[in-house]
Amino acid sequence: MSTPMSMSETRPRYAVLAEGLVKRYRARGRGGVEKRALDGFDLAVRPGTVHGLLGPNGAGKTTAVRVLATLLRYDGGRAEVAGIDVGREPRRVRSRIGLAGQYAAVDEGLTGRQNLEMFGRLFHLGNRGARQRAGELLERFGLVEAADRSAKEYSGGMRRRLDLASSMILSPDVLFLDEPTTGLDPRGRGEVWDAIRALVAGGTTVLLTTQYLDEADKLASHITVIDRGRAIADDTPDALKNRVGGDRIEVVAADPGDLAAVARAVERVAGGGLVLTDDTTRRVHAQVADRVAALTEVARSLQDDRIAVEDIGLRRPSLDDVFLRLTGHGAGADRTPADGTPTDGTPAGDTQVVREGAAA
Amino acid sequence: MTTLEKNPAVTGGGRDHGLAYWAVSDCWNITRRTLTHYQRHPSAIVWQLGFPILSVLLYGYIFGSAMKVPGGGDYREFLMPGMFAMTMAMGFMNTAVAVVTDAGQGVVDRFRSMPMAPSAFASGRGVADLVVAAAELTILAVTALLIGWRAGGGVMPALGAFGLLLLLRFSLIWVGVWLGLLVPTPEAAGGLYAVAFPLTMISSTFVAPSLMPGWLGTVAAWNPLSSTATATRELFGNPVAGGGTWVEEHALLMAVVWPVVITLVFLPLAVRRFRLLSR
Repeated sequence: MSTPMSMSETRPRYAVLAEGLVKRYRARGRGGVEKRALDGFDLAVRPGTVHGLLGPNGAGKTTAVRVLATLLRYDGGRAEVAGIDVGREPRRVRSRIGLAGQYAAVDEGLTGRQNLEMFGRLFHLGNRGARQRAGELLERFGLVEAADRSAKEYSGGMRRRLDLASSMILSPDVLFLDEPTTGLDPRGRGEVWDAIRALVAGGTTVLLTTQYLDEADKLASHITVIDRGRAIADDTPDALKNRVGGDRIEVVAADPGDLAAVARAVERVAGGGLVLTDDTTRRVHAQVADRVAALTEVARSLQDDRIAVEDIGLRRPSLDDVFLRLTGHGAGADRTPADGTPTDGTPAGDTQVVREGAAA
Repeated sequence: MTTLEKNPAVTGGGRDHGLAYWAVSDCWNITRRTLTHYQRHPSAIVWQLGFPILSVLLYGYIFGSAMKVPGGGDYREFLMPGMFAMTMAMGFMNTAVAVVTDAGQGVVDRFRSMPMAPSAFASGRGVADLVVAAAELTILAVTALLIGWRAGGGVMPALGAFGLLLLLRFSLIWVGVWLGLLVPTPEAAGGLYAVAFPLTMISSTFVAPSLMPGWLGTVAAWNPLSSTATATRELFGNPVAGGGTWVEEHALLMAVVWPVVITLVFLPLAVRRFRLLSR
């Protein structure tokens, strides 16, 4: 991988660095309550990696990205992107970054090619340079055939790819992707993922916010979980999963009347840990130390007692579990940032269960 | 991936140029963008002109015979400069809708995250809007000539009149940018028509203010739109139908003063609104 010219000075230790970032909002009207969208937010992203920024709605993900991408001024702390101070030299930062937002920021009145050429000229590539770069990017993102069609006629995935292409006209050092696949179908998501992987292979650092935890799991080598404007966890996806605890055994009873008996069977392998029963889904589960032994043991004792089960199995913790454990609510759950009261947007049973698990 | 490795450093050229150079260059690129929209959809201009052309036909031919022009003169001759001025005045809506659409689609954010001159977003919009306004005036004037309107005041005064019309349009660009950054959605911007339409009616566009009830006539006479309409009537050599009030007697002066005042008020407001985006 060749080093981008802009980094040839001294490659900074972190592509993105935030220390104690504070961003305040004042609610409208007189005497409006002050809200802190970012409340001492820390972030350190190593060059050449994909770093996931996860958090519930209203946690401050988008604010963090907008501050780092120079769209919002911050009120306290320190932020550096590509080694440049964001507050002091926003314009220099802008020539090193790319931003692709939740809403594809393409000009619908222009063709794909015209969009890229316009952005290229505004990135000061000159007419010829902009034309050439547009050609390259159209090819790279598989948009050659649609190049001269109006962007309005593009599918969701194509539009997002055009947005991505626009965000990397200058092969940016750092690319900010704010929920790049929200609202896309699986195929569109796959297209965007491929584009992101290719970018990182070329040396770009990506800061990715997403609602989809599997997306972070697939793409990111490092994850920061943000809640209420603060980083509450920062680690690799695997380490985060380990933090939630080991595997769980899960039994679904065929008859709700057997739930208590099933719970007793599971209790014997839970090693004193909490056994959780969910009446609505007829599910009993608990954390176990030795997964295979536990499974055999429970299956045998249930068979001995002639208790019919619909399903029995082991489950590894997912990033969703990490999320619930850390924030007390699911990734998709909406929360009013003002009072910070969680509202259960996720299926009640599941949220309930894991939250209890966290307390155990 | 190969592309990236081949071109590891696509960097912006022109570090050697000053900020002023890029302010002009970026402005031109934003202008080009808007003009490309019209080039791709020329019918947009025709749609924008639908209202004034329809108004000319309705007022000129349906109400025309019933309309009085104080001081005498042909009503359609009186109407045309009013139509020109009204088209310029309503133009602020086009600016506002374009700005709010860009803001809503994230295009404004993309521009702000790029190393382009921040002023170019508004200046480019402004230049493009003036070019489009000039095209609109040309189409309207040709339509007017076809239905018998004549500018009898000479070429230079006629050019001066078009200059005043564009000056009014220029001042309203800033109202449009300000409103475009203020209202949340293009639909809400569309709702501004409900406010804009009566404001253009309470002027000398269709009817001489001296024919209105006293207080309404005063409001209409002081409407900036009336000053431009009256001044251009004088310059085109069309019936003026002045009511003899101070503001009507000094229409030429006021057709310059009003746009300057509007610009002085709304340009800073628009800039402030733009800066507030980073709050």
